[in-house]
Amino acid sequence: MSSLTQSQTTLPNEKGRFGSYGGKFVPETLMNALIQLEEAFADAQKDPAFRAELSHLLQEYAGRPTPLYHAARMTEVLGGAQIYLKREDLNHTGAHKLNNALGQGLLAKRMGKKAIIAETGAGQHGVASATVAAKLGLSCKVFMGEEDIKRQALNVFRMKLLGAEVVSVTSGSRTLKDATSEAMRFWVSDVQNSHYVLGSAAGPHPYPYMVREFQRIIGEETREQILKQVGRLPDEVIACVGGGSNAIGMFYPFLQDNVKLRGVEAAGHGTDTDKHAATLTMGKPGILHGSLTYLLQDEFGQVQEAHSISAGLDYPGVGPEHSYLKDTKRVTYTSVTDQEALDAVKFLCETEGIIPALESAHAVAEAIKLAPTRSSEEILVICLSGRGDKDVATIQAALDAKQERGEAL
Amino acid sequence: MITVENRIDQLFADRSKKRFIPFITIGDPSLAVSEELVIALAEAGADLIELGVAYSDPIADGPTIQRASQRALAAGVTMVDVMHLVSRVRQKGVTIPLVFFSYYNPVLQYGLDAFFHDLAACGADGIIIPDLPTEENEEASAAAKTNGVHLISLVAPTSNARISAIAQKASGFVYCVSSLGVTGVRDELPADLGQFLDRVKASTDKPIAVGFGISTPEQVRFTAKHADGVVVGSAIVREVEKNLALLTDPDKKAEGIGAVKRFVQQLTGALQ
Repeated sequence: MSSLTQSQTTLPNEKGRFGSYGGKFVPETLMNALIQLEEAFADAQKDPAFRAELSHLLQEYAGRPTPLYHAARMTEVLGGAQIYLKREDLNHTGAHKLNNALGQGLLAKRMGKKAIIAETGAGQHGVASATVAAKLGLSCKVFMGEEDIKRQALNVFRMKLLGAEVVSVTSGSRTLKDATSEAMRFWVSDVQNSHYVLGSAAGPHPYPYMVREFQRIIGEETREQILKQVGRLPDEVIACVGGGSNAIGMFYPFLQDNVKLRGVEAAGHGTDTDKHAATLTMGKPGILHGSLTYLLQDEFGQVQEAHSISAGLDYPGVGPEHSYLKDTKRVTYTSVTDQEALDAVKFLCETEGIIPALESAHAVAEAIKLAPTRSSEEILVICLSGRGDKDVATIQAALDAKQERGEAL
Repeated sequence: MITVENRIDQLFADRSKKRFIPFITIGDPSLAVSEELVIALAEAGADLIELGVAYSDPIADGPTIQRASQRALAAGVTMVDVMHLVSRVRQKGVTIPLVFFSYYNPVLQYGLDAFFHDLAACGADGIIIPDLPTEENEEASAAAKTNGVHLISLVAPTSNARISAIAQKASGFVYCVSSLGVTGVRDELPADLGQFLDRVKASTDKPIAVGFGISTPEQVRFTAKHADGVVVGSAIVREVEKNLALLTDPDKKAEGIGAVKRFVQQLTGALQ
């Protein structure tokens, strides 16, 4: 395993590139907005008042720091490495998404914008954006694929309750990819009034960089907490990867350490089928939503539809920094199937009394495979990016289907 | 390298005339119909035609062109098919400039050098790539130049200080995006459109064309006062869509093409 040098962790460069990945492949109409955003973000980062306000909200409103929890029963049952869970599920609104939404919401206000727009897959980023909009007195429009609206009815209701408008997207695969495209289209028409709160570490520069900066608190806290609790760094850190915001937030503070990093993609029905969302495992570099990155596409450059039981991982692209970390081999990317994720949900419920989000269950599933192969001296940290309340209907339907097929639950 | 002068340069050599630029999505609803439509558009008085290459995720396009792209993709149309179509209409005597309109990923996956070589070889004159801003277009720009075709740059109402830099680097003509938002018919164009176009015009000696949201003869007439060329896309694609039943019926195809042609004639008529 190689650690990255100092220079590699100062990416992206001034063109927004992580190695060859990233960039700004957007219509000219958006270019000045991205440049202004870049400047406003740089300016905010240098402003102690901005940092203090964000830090205050993260602590008093979001409930940070989130715990790093030693999952003793899970560890005992698996009989291998010591497992720790970084409890992002305990954030206000139920996932890591709030870290970024708070940061971008404050930035939107600082830029004098009155409205925010957001895309959402599982609805967690939509809920986080709606929450922040309510808190900061901004109007909020959330674009969500029609298919995801069906899958995530609870989150749709939460967003409406929080005062946001949920726009149903009926183009393409009617999931996260199309919700993102539609949010970008709307932004092109309303760029002077609204700020686009992109929820993943994807999209055009400066989003992948900015989202990482707002999410790196996950890894920074984890690092500090494990040193305090155990006195040393973990051997390995695992996080699920859709667009990759929780993963990059968790990984980034460990890039220069002697710590193995593992990103887990959604293999859907299996990477040997055409129904998966394993972009880094199965895709090749191309352009989606303004960024050069690994992409599920056909030989003509048409973007293919992804599939995952988890709406938040159901995306044919991935954040450009992950593409870079894959090519440099600093991070290992693997994938687990819908079924393995479902089994992991059940396992974590029964061993620890925690219902993980289907997205986070992919990281748990990988840990279930990995832990027994490691010694009890080793430490494995899982980023539990969100809670599973939103998924109970999907999980129940999957378990019912399994029972109908006459299989054991 | 010796090439015939690019047809776009020839067209705009005479700036006393205003130029009409229609757009259709190639393969909507089939390659055969698109081929006849290109010929019909040329006959209807088009000065340059934009050939839309269908893409799965057209983020600069509104619902009308999104649907056209979906129809073309369902028909299995690829970049090579569009190039072959250009070769065929050239053989059939279409001499006006033909410009591709394609998102960047299909071009990138084709391979930049191969793409621009084949683009020139098939008889096309340039390409508009709506998601390739000037900061990212260095390689594509060089490949276009090597092959004697134009990579057309866009400016938008939000471009402000970027206008002069883009216009100075522009190749062929400067494509002015009329208003904020994606492609598609609008009831009204922005009140300050004329000023925006005049500002672009003042910043460059290159010809300028205006597009996005222009759909009626009145709008064509108005925008032509401030530009060298006027692009109409979605309104024509909508006309194709209205006539899909005819265009997909072998016995009534000619009737459908006639209907689209008459619609375009009304628009070109506005420039007479």
